[in-house]
Amino acid sequence: MDSFQQVLFKLKNYWAERGCVVQEPYDVEVGAGTMCPETFLRVLGPKPYNVAYVQPSRRPADGRYAANPNRLYKHSQLQVILKPSPDDIMDQYLGSLGAIGIDLGKHDIKFEEDNWESPTLGAWGIGWQVMLDGLEITQFTYFQQCGGVDLDLVPAELTYGLERLTAFLQGAASVFDIQWAPGVTYGDVRLAEELQFSVYNFEMADVPTLWQLFELHEKECRRLLAAYPDYPQKHRFPVLAAYDHVLKCSHLFNLLDSRGAISVTERVGVIARVRKLAVGVAQAWMDQCSQEAAA
Amino acid sequence: MKALPFLLEIGTEEIPDWMIPPALKHLGELFEGLLKDNRLDGKVTMLESTPRRLVLKAEGLPRRQPPAVELVTGPPTSAGEGAAAGFARKLGVEPAALKRVKTPKGEYLAYRKKVAGRATLDILASNLADLILKIYFPKTMYWTGKGGPRFIRPIRWIVALLGSRVVPFELAGVKSGNTTRGHRQLGSQKIRVTIENYTSRLRANWVMLPAWERRLTIQSQADALFEARGVYVRPDAALLDTLTHLTEYPATIVGGFDEQFLALPEEVLVTVMRHHQRYFSIYNEDETLAPCFMAVMNTLDDPDGLVRQGNERVLRARFNDASFFWVMDQKRKLAERLADLDNVTWQAQLGSYGDKTRRVAALVKELGGSEHAQRAALLCKCDLTTDMVKEFTELQGVIGGLYARAQGEPPEAWRAIYDHYKPASMEDKIPSTGEGRLVSLADKLDTLRGCFRIGLVPSGSKDPFGLRRAAQGVVRILAEGNMPLGLGRLLGDSAELREFFLDRVRYYFRDVRGFRYDEVNAVLASGWDDLADAASRLSAIQAVRPTENFEPLAASFKRIRNILRQAGFTGGGPVSEPLLEEGPERALHADFNAVRLAVEESQTYQRKLEHIAGLRPAVDLFFDKVLVNAQDGGVRHNRLTLLHNLLTEFSAIADFSEIVTQAN
Repeated sequence: MDSFQQVLFKLKNYWAERGCVVQEPYDVEVGAGTMCPETFLRVLGPKPYNVAYVQPSRRPADGRYAANPNRLYKHSQLQVILKPSPDDIMDQYLGSLGAIGIDLGKHDIKFEEDNWESPTLGAWGIGWQVMLDGLEITQFTYFQQCGGVDLDLVPAELTYGLERLTAFLQGAASVFDIQWAPGVTYGDVRLAEELQFSVYNFEMADVPTLWQLFELHEKECRRLLAAYPDYPQKHRFPVLAAYDHVLKCSHLFNLLDSRGAISVTERVGVIARVRKLAVGVAQAWMDQCSQEAAA
Repeated sequence: MKALPFLLEIGTEEIPDWMIPPALKHLGELFEGLLKDNRLDGKVTMLESTPRRLVLKAEGLPRRQPPAVELVTGPPTSAGEGAAAGFARKLGVEPAALKRVKTPKGEYLAYRKKVAGRATLDILASNLADLILKIYFPKTMYWTGKGGPRFIRPIRWIVALLGSRVVPFELAGVKSGNTTRGHRQLGSQKIRVTIENYTSRLRANWVMLPAWERRLTIQSQADALFEARGVYVRPDAALLDTLTHLTEYPATIVGGFDEQFLALPEEVLVTVMRHHQRYFSIYNEDETLAPCFMAVMNTLDDPDGLVRQGNERVLRARFNDASFFWVMDQKRKLAERLADLDNVTWQAQLGSYGDKTRRVAALVKELGGSEHAQRAALLCKCDLTTDMVKEFTELQGVIGGLYARAQGEPPEAWRAIYDHYKPASMEDKIPSTGEGRLVSLADKLDTLRGCFRIGLVPSGSKDPFGLRRAAQGVVRILAEGNMPLGLGRLLGDSAELREFFLDRVRYYFRDVRGFRYDEVNAVLASGWDDLADAASRLSAIQAVRPTENFEPLAASFKRIRNILRQAGFTGGGPVSEPLLEEGPERALHADFNAVRLAVEESQTYQRKLEHIAGLRPAVDLFFDKVLVNAQDGGVRHNRLTLLHNLLTEFSAIADFSEIVTQAN
């Protein structure tokens, strides 16, 4: 039986062998691997790019004080981007399941319609949730738009839910029972974190402070975006730094949401504010790319 | 010339199940259109699909298009022989073969040129790519790069055969050929086929092409359960359809779950199984839920039980979630959640669910709702703040009702909360209790009034707030729940809302209840404030209509209406008896008074209508013998008054002049 980390090694290795850059996780809080610059920005423009990375994804509202066997505030996604998507992408994907020991001849695989959309990122795609014996193990998406921009090359995005997949492989009833490494369980590594962050996210995070932080990051991002048009040497301009502030805003929005501090009406407005920043960054990034290509 | 068969298989990545049947139908229409536009014989004989392929088969195609005659127009006749010779030379024919044709611009030389038909293979080759891309899907994608072709999912292979020959064309970088693919895991991914062996080669590669056969496979395995275990799968046509179009080679498995979960409400268990896992629920003979489920796999079998165990584990996790929500949600009673509703927006301009709750509760009270109905109105939206409803939104209302029951609310109240979203569709039942009907009614009316007030009015296919469904629900509850509430008062003074409702009312009586359109018009013209009453009036008209006097009388009523209109008579006042002429006029007046009394005394609309229909001989005789338009102004006015009073007196049940009769 493979441990959690062995499953990770095998999958990373599998995609490395198929030409992916294997990246490390991005070190700013994100709700999904899609939000990392390695996906959000790299899918823009005409340059091919293949990358795989494990991304811890934080969703404050999903926390359950470590008391629920299947729900986590922070879970790990393996994010694979193949840009452009190869014609045999489905076979490659199924091959990756074989690589972690799933004998497809003995299991039931279905691709069920599930289109992905992120209003905060102005992004959407068409795809499926991949069901293995009734368990959703992967989100498979052909991106169509990102940051409000139609994509030149259509990337395939594979997002594996690693805890679920490993619990399936190990036959573990609870994610906390997963063997992370020989003799060490997932609970040993992460239980305290789940509990403490649930308490913080649901009970103790200070709402006025979070709003203040949100506004500070928004302001800084706006300031940068406003400075871009007149900045002389475009390639030096810190578009990536501006994007970090978008990510901060997005995470703070999620925190405020889990504190119940955002009403449904406000929600639409705040999402629009974050999207505006994301779209601004995407456009600056595209412009930067085209300048580089011209140079 | 021997006719040829044709086969087209569009091989794709998995198409969403619900889009397959309409797409297939459209493909058939497009192909028949292509044949027709190109004057090709042949008809579509098979349309089949699996998630990975749309397949069309046609028979009776000719090798070539029939030849056509094309009229080539040359110079005007007046241009002289030189021009004529030049025209003939260009066409390569003798000048004698030219004809003269008359046009609005004068006489011209022309030639009827025979054009040989194009080869069918060429016609298909040059049209099929476009035809495939024309198939309608609700949402499409591109995959070869910006500006590339759009389809529902990437096209990965195409089989196109006319007889034994490949129809060559290219689409999205895919060249058509004679190679198909089998089941992803079980079959070969490179199978050469002919039209004749196509279906059997697929079958050998674990693809059951006909959808009916996949459906039957699932169905018969479900049926066999009863024989084997004495439990049965509750029929679920929509789920069966979904699974038919999600599989290429279906087989079923039966799994179980821990009986402890049966303590959760059946509604929750069934929703998890059906909506989230696409499992069929299984029941014992006594209609109680059995602790097992039937899942449909897209594979041959499950020899080691791995698929079953996997599905059982997923279901256990889902049920654990639901148990967790149930326990957590119970920590705060519904009534304690009331204040939270002020923070849940219902609609930006119309306020929070707290505001809505207060309005609905006030309306229920205003409409004479009992204490229980008022309690239900107060609590009905509180489940929106529970984790269970956040997870299973389709169970809103139901969860509120179940929580209210668990928290000791009386049956009248919890049942009303449980039912208050009903009817959710035309097939759904209306709430089962009076309290439930009232709360449902008040909730829907509040939505309709509010949305119309701020201009959120449905247009075309756009109806994001489900206002048509809400109005239809109101109509059904009033008509079928026998609620004598004046609809006019409920709707307030918005003319737009009244118009919208009148449409729903018409639709309901015509299309749902099946009354004839003229009967509906006749009855609604006499008022639709009380829909239960309108329904009784309609039933009565339907019953009396076939009797001999009814339609002729209806025709006479129409005549009366026309006479009054032409005379510009607006009426009023009683008939002056001395001015009545002896004979048919006086007889009609006497009959009218007698029938009026009889109608007043009758208990049912049908009896009333029978009496009214009995007026026919007197009315007929009147029109036969009496000239309404009398010389004497006083007599004329009196006759018009008589007719006017007759028309208005009996128009309370229906405006009979709306009835379409043979006579008119």
